[in-house]
Amino acid sequence: MCLALPARVVSIEADDMATVALEGVRKKISLALVDEVAVGDYVLVHVGYALHKVSEEEAARTLAMMAEAGVLADELEEIGRADA
Amino acid sequence: MKYIDEFRQRDLAEKVAGAIVREARSGRDYHFMEFCGGHTHAIFRYGVQDLMPPNVRFVHGPGCPVCVLPVRRLDDAVELAERHGVILTTYGDMMRVPGTKQRSLIKAKADGADIRMVYSTQDALKIARENPKRQVVFFAIGFETTTPPTAVALVQARREGLRNFSVFCNHVLTPAAIQHILQSPEVRDLGTVKIDGFLGPSHVSSVIGSEPYEFFSEEFQKPVVIAGFEPLDVMQSTLMLIRQINEGRHEVENEYTRVVKREGNLKAQALVSDVFELRPRFEWRGLGSVPYSALRIRSEFADLDAETRFELSEKASREVKSCECPAILRGAKKPTDCKLFGTVCTPDNPMGSCMVSSEGACAAYWTYGRFRTRDGRTAGKEEIVA
Ligand code: SF4
Repeated sequence: MCLALPARVVSIEADDMATVALEGVRKKISLALVDEVAVGDYVLVHVGYALHKVSEEEAARTLAMMAEAGVLADELEEIGRADA
Repeated sequence: MKYIDEFRQRDLAEKVAGAIVREARSGRDYHFMEFCGGHTHAIFRYGVQDLMPPNVRFVHGPGCPVCVLPVRRLDDAVELAERHGVILTTYGDMMRVPGTKQRSLIKAKADGADIRMVYSTQDALKIARENPKRQVVFFAIGFETTTPPTAVALVQARREGLRNFSVFCNHVLTPAAIQHILQSPEVRDLGTVKIDGFLGPSHVSSVIGSEPYEFFSEEFQKPVVIAGFEPLDVMQSTLMLIRQINEGRHEVENEYTRVVKREGNLKAQALVSDVFELRPRFEWRGLGSVPYSALRIRSEFADLDAETRFELSEKASREVKSCECPAILRGAKKPTDCKLFGTVCTPDNPMGSCMVSSEGACAAYWTYGRFRTRDGRTAGKEEIVA
């Protein structure tokens, strides 16, 4: 029920409708709930509607944050080793 | 797939897991309630619990819309299809949920009722256009994510003058349910359900934003981290919760920034408030009657409200007696505490809603976690409980 997937907009049509691509599958969805979506944007698709745009920069930032958790670990390990 | 595969990478998961093990203090426990069934599903499917140290635990919450719908409303939907002879359209998840005397929509359909599964409210409108002589009802359920699509359908039906279309509205609100859990005696007085923080809803928050949770973190002094539904999102958010607790903070933080903004989706919110208003009370399975926790169709759209259009009879609705769904939805019990789990009740023959939806805790335990100990860890041979 709460399944929603990020999909790429491949074309925008009349009446707030659009076609999105998801792993080779194409689907018609409604853009009635979002503003200023362009071809090439990623949107979160839920029960046939785009709920929100997906931000490329924010996705990259989150991944960097996750990687950082580990970097810190490596550093701590090094400090630990230096102490020993 | 973009935005999915990156958030399932093994090496990153190991890094985040390592940070959690290091930062979780051994002198204390961390109990985090994941409100959403989507998180429950991810935690089980990807074995996230097994990557956590023993003192970091997930408590499963009531955030599965199929699971929290009271039997009475399901019986009403069956009545709409059987007695009023409408074409009842609904999302696939609802079809197999057992109502009173195990009567589900799929059984009613097998007995001849015209019940049709739709992917989107657009499909329901299409069925109404194609069947002008029949009444078509959309059985609407779900949290803030599925509400805007229902609102779009109502506005569109009005604009097109589609007189044979109506909506049976069962939309419910997440913040009201979280507040209810925090005020419940199990959490507040008895301490039988321990909650130190929340993994906040992902997709619900894309619509309502992170702002509505600020009240809880303030009022109940519990940290909330809005978490995406991929396994790495869940882990990173757990780390953020641990850090808040270690630092004595209780704030709303947002891990799922690629989709969630503080203010949410204003266009969707405006549309929802044009069409819906608060119900003073609504019954939730497991939580009982919760004030201002659901929406009903505004009087301006009353002609498109199935509850106005059709007279629904009083009925004595009843769940299967030994089904523990209500306690499981409150976080007070685990699926393996239910006598029927895995014996009488399986996904092929569900006795309760929590076994039907893939977001339900019983279905998640059955599919991914049957061989676990009572405290949720993967069981050794001798310890298997179900
Ligand atoms: S196992 Fe089945 S009967 Fe038991 S609580 Fe879960 S859904 Fe209800």
